[in-house]
Amino acid sequence: MPGRTAGRRPGFFLSACIAMHAAPDKNMNLLYKLMAALLLCLQAALAHAAIDAALLAPLAGDDPDARIEAVGQIAALANDDAYKVLSALKNDTLYATPEGRVLVVDGDQAWDPATGASAPAPDGIDGITVNNRLRGAVEGAMAGLRLFSKDRNERLAAARALQKGTDAAQAPLIVKALAQETDAEIKPLLEMAAATANLQSPDPTVRRAAVIALSDSSNASLRPVLRQMLEKGTDGSYTEPDESVRIAAVGTLQKLERRLAFTEIVGNLFYGVSLGSVLLLAALGLAITFGLMGIINMAHGELLMIGAYATYACQLFFRKYLPGALDAYLLVALPVAFLASALVGIVLERTVIRWLYGRPLETLLATWGISLILMQTVRSLFGAQNVEVANPAWMSGGITVLGSLVLSWNRIVIIFFSLAVVAVVWLILNKTRLGLFVRAVTQNRRMADCTGVSTGRVDMMTFGLGSGIAGLGGVALSQLGNVGPDLGQSYIVDSFMVVVLGGVGQLAGTVIAAFGLGEINKFLEPFSGAVLAKIAILVFIIIFIQKRPQGLFALKGRSVE
Amino acid sequence: MKTTLFSRPAWAGILACALLLALLPVFNLAFEPGHPLHVSSYMVALIGKFMCYAMAALALDLVWGYTGILSLGHGVFFALGGYAHGMYLMRAIGRDGVYQSNLPDFMVFLDWKTYPWFWSMTDSFWYSMLLVVAVPGVLAFVFGYFAFRSRIKGVYFSIITQAMTFAFMLLFFRNNTGFGGNNGFTDFKRILGHAITSPSTKAALYLVTLGMLLGALILCRWIVRSKLGRVLQAVRDSESRLMFIGYNPLWFKLFVWTLSAVLCGIAGALYVPQVGIINPSEMSPGNSIEMVIWAAVGGRGTLLGPIIGAFSVNGLKSWFTGAFPDLWLYALGLLFILVTLFMPQGILGLAGKLRRQKEAA
Repeated sequence: MPGRTAGRRPGFFLSACIAMHAAPDKNMNLLYKLMAALLLCLQAALAHAAIDAALLAPLAGDDPDARIEAVGQIAALANDDAYKVLSALKNDTLYATPEGRVLVVDGDQAWDPATGASAPAPDGIDGITVNNRLRGAVEGAMAGLRLFSKDRNERLAAARALQKGTDAAQAPLIVKALAQETDAEIKPLLEMAAATANLQSPDPTVRRAAVIALSDSSNASLRPVLRQMLEKGTDGSYTEPDESVRIAAVGTLQKLERRLAFTEIVGNLFYGVSLGSVLLLAALGLAITFGLMGIINMAHGELLMIGAYATYACQLFFRKYLPGALDAYLLVALPVAFLASALVGIVLERTVIRWLYGRPLETLLATWGISLILMQTVRSLFGAQNVEVANPAWMSGGITVLGSLVLSWNRIVIIFFSLAVVAVVWLILNKTRLGLFVRAVTQNRRMADCTGVSTGRVDMMTFGLGSGIAGLGGVALSQLGNVGPDLGQSYIVDSFMVVVLGGVGQLAGTVIAAFGLGEINKFLEPFSGAVLAKIAILVFIIIFIQKRPQGLFALKGRSVE
Repeated sequence: MKTTLFSRPAWAGILACALLLALLPVFNLAFEPGHPLHVSSYMVALIGKFMCYAMAALALDLVWGYTGILSLGHGVFFALGGYAHGMYLMRAIGRDGVYQSNLPDFMVFLDWKTYPWFWSMTDSFWYSMLLVVAVPGVLAFVFGYFAFRSRIKGVYFSIITQAMTFAFMLLFFRNNTGFGGNNGFTDFKRILGHAITSPSTKAALYLVTLGMLLGALILCRWIVRSKLGRVLQAVRDSESRLMFIGYNPLWFKLFVWTLSAVLCGIAGALYVPQVGIINPSEMSPGNSIEMVIWAAVGGRGTLLGPIIGAFSVNGLKSWFTGAFPDLWLYALGLLFILVTLFMPQGILGLAGKLRRQKEAA
């Protein structure tokens, strides 16, 4: 008999309710009917443990506080009937008779939770109206019931949701859940939630214990709660009447604030490094083409964009032909993006830029024209809208440190990726034959030419290398933000700033300038907002260049120009 | 050195062109639509806009073509002049806005109760005219002083002017900056008590713009023909040699840079009432570079060149965006490349070359 089985395993029924709860509204009715039918069997089979009529009565009443309290108390029963009453309340199927009895109405049948009996719905019953405040309380209470789910992830999610805020009415429920919880990850979360809920307890010793228990928390949403306890009302009395609780609250608040401040600093540091790695990848190619070769390439941003679109194309290819290996698309995208951008760069160098060596201002204008053409080409090939590039599974999610700070994997991977690219560039420039030629040509073009270096070829290869690295930068950018035809435009000013600040022709300078700007930006943002921080940085760079036109790491020399 | 600014045929040509341009709004007002001599209002508005662009290109060429300083930030001066005048135009709306408040609609929207300090006195037309000159002028002076004093030149100067443009654009996109955020200023109603949409007001604005353009041309011609102008060209051709001779280029560069910014600001101020809107996208780096291409196409290092360039590039743009909107950016991009590769002296340079070839033959 299904009812009896369900009766022996209360968890089964609850998970059925949860499934219903999680289903979209369309299926709600059907599931609800199924559940009601099941419940009828249950009632037939068992002597039902009904809900006390005194608990239900306030729901039909007018007093809003009493109604919310009743919701909490019903939820604390943590049984199937409680869930049924609450979900009826939520779905507007809970009715009240004129004499104050509460009925769950389904079609023409009415079920009385106080007796557990079903009968045809009587005349003159009235729907119980639910205002927003009550609805919030009902939803909170139903979320609390999920703490008893069989599914561990379900319980974990419910416990996490409770971290955002609880009230005193939920305390018994949480304590009950805590008693039967065995999971090591969920348990501390529940302890924290129980303490938070207990903060509103009428008993000062419970409150004090709760405050002390919370001193290990790093939950930012506790801060206003604790602060409010220490505030004085208009009549001069504290919100928290008991002095010992207040003293404990001061201690907890201090600890909490210290921990939060530390978390914030660590978070800023991380996001600063992350921004720095993005700037570095965007600027590294430019450090070669502008820094070493002296070419003002305004189309550099578009080479980044081409790298990002190459990543997108790889993703499309894998989705269509190799869906099983989709997560590997990014690894394939790296060489593809490098080659795509390098090829475009080499074509540009051979057709346009090489005719303009020694005329930087003309190069600037011509490459700007190229950037317009590249942007419009991408727009006609892929559309003007942003395209969607998804993180592979191994790059999504993150690790949680210090309780609340989430460091996302894609940012961590990109930080290390940027350092690896710098290392490779350094090796190419300093340890390979090509690097030797590049350095020779940039230091003394005519002498290199005389000793037999094919300077034209070296120019082409160097420009191709710089462009290809921009393509790699594009792969990284595609993992962090939107990919659209305008992607490059937002990085071109930043890239030039990094290279100029770092000192032209200085790889180490570029690295330090990129991470420095990233950090400064992230530490300014909380004070000034993102836009003003950016403006402040630009102003800072403009002033800095006035002071040190050669950048941070200038080569020492005596030439006039 | 010749005593007159232009040769006799040049004077005749310039005045003939000016007269022709001046007749357009007159023909627009005097003849009914459908009459063979009627000029459409669209045409008058378009040419009025082009004249503002031409003035900006002229200002830009004074620093680029004659002094060798390539600015990628003249869009800021243009837009600041426009905003300075736009403040007056916004005040002149009075209570006719959507919210019928004394404050402009965007301030009502932000729930501001009074004007911020920098809006004070902008209800006066003449004060706003002062701002049109002073704001770009002071900004250029301060920026230029620090840049030129530390001898930033060439592409470095270009890049930091672009960074300046970018910073200003971000600043003006913020709603809280107090200049209407990304919508900027629009829905102007009147200027000096005249309805801004009436044909006669439009004709008057057009004629004022023409007069200013002509004045700017003569002023620039006077400067480049003077001894000052020769020093400026020396800065362009060999700054270090000029310094060894004993000149300090700082003040020469600063003068021409500030003057150029002021001219550009005036062009912006004339542009706003004719177009009816000013918003921060005018400050986007792309707009400033487009100004450079006007001067490059016409012929840098000449004064008529930028004017011809502004008219031809923008004429082409109007035609392209009407006929093949998707192809315009290709065309503009190609224009940048082809002009720098094959026509470094622009249309005027090409014309001069052809004439010399003819004479030689």
